[in-house]
Amino acid sequence: MPTITINKQAFEKLTGKKLPVEKLKDRISYLGTDLENVTKDEITVEIFPNRPDMLSIQGFARAFSSFIGHKTGLKNYEVEDSKEKVIIDKSVSKIRPYTACAIVKGIKYDDEKIKEAIDVQEKLHITYGRNRKKVAIGIYPFEKIKTPITFMAKKPEDIIFQPLEFSRKINARQILSQHPAGKDYGHLLEGLDKFPVFYDANNEVLSVPPIINSHKTGKITEKTKDVFIECSGFDFRVLQKCLNIIVTAFADMGGKIYSLKLHYPDKTFTTPDLNPEEMKLDLNYVNKLLGLDLKEPEAKKLLEKMGYGYKNKKVLIPSYRADILHQSDLAEDIAIAYGYENFKAEIPKVATIAEEDKFEVFKNKVADILVGLNLIETATYNLTNAKFQNKNMLTNLHLIELANSISSEYDVLRSWVIPSMLEILGNNKHHDYPQRIFGMGTVFKINNKKETNIEENERLAITLAEEKTGYTKIKQILDYLLRMLNTRYEIEETEHPSFIPGRVARVKVNNEKIAYIGEINPQVLENWELETPVTALELNLTDLFSAINKI
Amino acid sequence: MDLKKLIQTLHPLERKVLPVLDTPNSVKEISKKTNLQEIEVMRALQWLQNKAIINLNEELNETISIDDNGKNYQEKGLPEKRFLQSIKDQELSLEEIKSNLDLSNEELSISLGILKSKAAILIKKDKEIKVKITLQGKNLLDKGFPEEEFLKKKFPINISELKDLDKLTFNNLKKRKKIIKVDLIKKRIPELTDLGKKIIKQGITEKDVLDCLTAAMLKTGSWKNKKFRHYDVKTNVPEIYGGKRHFVQQAINYIKRIWLDMGFKEMKGNLVQTSFWDLDTLFVPQDHPARDMQDTFYIKNPRFGKLPKSLSEKVKATHENGWTTGSKGWQYKWSENIAKENLLRTHTTVLSAQAIAKLKKDDLPAKFFSVKSVYRNETLSWKSLFEFIQVEGIVVDPGANFRNLQGYLKDFFKKMGFPDVRLRPAHFPYTEPSCEVDVWHPTKKEWVELGGSGIFRPEMVKPLLGFECPVLAWGLGMERTIMEYYNISDIRDIYKNDLKQLRETKIWMK
Repeated sequence: MPTITINKQAFEKLTGKKLPVEKLKDRISYLGTDLENVTKDEITVEIFPNRPDMLSIQGFARAFSSFIGHKTGLKNYEVEDSKEKVIIDKSVSKIRPYTACAIVKGIKYDDEKIKEAIDVQEKLHITYGRNRKKVAIGIYPFEKIKTPITFMAKKPEDIIFQPLEFSRKINARQILSQHPAGKDYGHLLEGLDKFPVFYDANNEVLSVPPIINSHKTGKITEKTKDVFIECSGFDFRVLQKCLNIIVTAFADMGGKIYSLKLHYPDKTFTTPDLNPEEMKLDLNYVNKLLGLDLKEPEAKKLLEKMGYGYKNKKVLIPSYRADILHQSDLAEDIAIAYGYENFKAEIPKVATIAEEDKFEVFKNKVADILVGLNLIETATYNLTNAKFQNKNMLTNLHLIELANSISSEYDVLRSWVIPSMLEILGNNKHHDYPQRIFGMGTVFKINNKKETNIEENERLAITLAEEKTGYTKIKQILDYLLRMLNTRYEIEETEHPSFIPGRVARVKVNNEKIAYIGEINPQVLENWELETPVTALELNLTDLFSAINKI
Repeated sequence: MDLKKLIQTLHPLERKVLPVLDTPNSVKEISKKTNLQEIEVMRALQWLQNKAIINLNEELNETISIDDNGKNYQEKGLPEKRFLQSIKDQELSLEEIKSNLDLSNEELSISLGILKSKAAILIKKDKEIKVKITLQGKNLLDKGFPEEEFLKKKFPINISELKDLDKLTFNNLKKRKKIIKVDLIKKRIPELTDLGKKIIKQGITEKDVLDCLTAAMLKTGSWKNKKFRHYDVKTNVPEIYGGKRHFVQQAINYIKRIWLDMGFKEMKGNLVQTSFWDLDTLFVPQDHPARDMQDTFYIKNPRFGKLPKSLSEKVKATHENGWTTGSKGWQYKWSENIAKENLLRTHTTVLSAQAIAKLKKDDLPAKFFSVKSVYRNETLSWKSLFEFIQVEGIVVDPGANFRNLQGYLKDFFKKMGFPDVRLRPAHFPYTEPSCEVDVWHPTKKEWVELGGSGIFRPEMVKPLLGFECPVLAWGLGMERTIMEYYNISDIRDIYKNDLKQLRETKIWMK
């Protein structure tokens, strides 16, 4: 999750309040941000993804200052009409249909401010903008731009300009293979025959979103005072939010916000729109959810601590808040303002009947029986690989593969458990024998009747590795287990490549095939580099459980 | 201990060994004399020493034995001798000597050096280097090389037994490559203490002392009026190990007990789930980073599962516009295909969602829990697993509120041994309010983050349940608790299945 690091002095200036360190730490934690670190000069805070408005130093300071009761209530940002316009050509409608734009004037950009501006842009890109997939943000020195600006789509070969921090002019297609930003974000334009591009009235390229600005018209320097800001993407509402987050942060830096007219082919909008959204607040709902008894003035005060306005039973939501979908979101902010630490914990006197899952109870009983036979339980992963499941075992079972495992050792779901036991034996050759172990795990197979088209069963595997093991020993265990479970079984000869021919059997309960037992094939042992004979059992616990319950 | 009592406790092995200890003997010799195995002798000696009947004097011996080259020279003779022999009657060039005798370069140069130092040869430099034997050389051949004589001895030889002349030869040979080697051998020589001598004098054969009680004795009553040899009851015994549940399973059962004590019902469900159940029903938007390939394991084939029709319509509407939940929704176009994708469940909250979906109004209030595996697409490392256990509980209760959540949490964590709990604001996509749960750690003396909690969003609950109802939820990871209990610092060790570890790990005592 993203973190922001703030100069402590600058923070104190922004919030207008100096707090002792302990108090500062405490308040940051209870605001709904995760305090990472406080040093003499710096504060590092983790911002949760629901609050992109706190990704700028200004936004965080604004929320904090309000939370500690210093500057509460809805903050009003003035917006003046710049009388400028942006023309959105219909050619972008299928490529990158929307943009929301603004102008902020009168900021003196020193090193620190330029860094802050780039920082908030980058953090919004990564989080709220989903790595520029959802939103791409461009910030330009307004002085270098001749209005009106046009947003259109053109063949990449025809878009020729010098991209930011690049030595020469190239076309947009070349940017994807030559410019670092092109390499990082080029996949977002994959398959398009036309690329989106901003032009100014001099036909100078401003940028190709979501990739890169022009070096000439898209680089903020210490000479910049006024900036043109655009957010482009696919969801106009999201773009507006993002734009509001940026312009309010810039306004808190000392800038003045100007709106522009956006001329879409069929409609005209003015952005930014910093009017608060209204949401009706049902105080009963809030009190019931939180277990409080707040009166309206208290609720109003608490809302104001979180930066909201409150009028006529309606909450005025700041235009930069992107996370308020439902009253429950307001209830949470009321709870935060009230202080999580101030709630009186109370466990209600509600009677419910506890119940352990019957199958889990059964599994525990099976394990207890085996522990009584001096077997040691193991715990293994359900993920494994084809070599272990099939190649080492001389089998050819169908395995369900993962689409995207980052580890080739763990890229399939297991279809049986004995291989996991043999893997353990292979890793424990240096320890004392006999090694008598068991393990329970899930196995997977295709079954189109299931919701996921995959059937899951719980299986038990037992392996006995010792010099003098043999079919008798493993059968004794099976026999004891099923006798203790009061279950009759039948046994029949069978064939299985992992076992020695003539020493492997199939076990049936209630005519249901539930287990294999036998002596492991020496070739299999060799594949696992085992030097001790092994007898084994694999039993379907799911089937055994249902067979027992049917009897 | 008085002498008599001491004699009574003597083990049969000790009784066999003691009589031959009047003269200093090595373990080997004792073993021969008593017909016991060396290991048995050693055990008996150890016990006797513990009882102060003997002293075990350790003697360090350096022994010489023959090495690889030495064995070869024992058969063929030393290279310098063969060298000298070959020029006894004629002058030869170095090349000739080397090939005639099949010497290595090293052997050739060593031979040259030795023979020159003994003035046994004369080197003439012509077109090629020629070697001629001297008078001293001939004498040497007649007299023989002391090094060769040395190699004819019977090995191993104790260094302390070497005579002065042999010592010189030994040092010469020791400098050369792989002819002889010297091993340090620890020898233990038992010696009777005064106590030991007294015991021998007293005599250790006691009449009518029985060693083992046998069935035959019981049958005949022959044990009557006889004494049993006394044991050293403090003696160490070999360790044994029993069968055991895996410690993770023991810990799971412990946590389950807590939930059951609190009146919760266990949930179950599949490991493979559709994205629909795992994420969409939880109101996680379809472009949420949690769905990225780097976080979640997807199934290659069958890639898709099926959707429950009526529920998926409600979920779709909730995502798109809030449906009837009073929410604005995420305002995007919800995709059925994304929802159908199969994955390995990323949290047990999917089980909570499925449990809620099965409830009817009459079933409320209801409490559920699970302690089950979940998956994240991570590489194994000392601090991360791709398959781990999540502990989760929910309370579905029309009357429940945020203060109750705090109440349940306090009770739950108190049962886990943490009486002080504090909640901090946090964010999870499907809870509102959301809280991080810190517990006061009694030994670390600080607040430690242990779990997450919150009240499920109406956008999650209403489509599943059909009506609005607060659902309190909290959970934590299991492995951290296990690691702390067993002092494990590498998380992979939990699932290492090292049999020594499994045999020796203590029982979970909480």
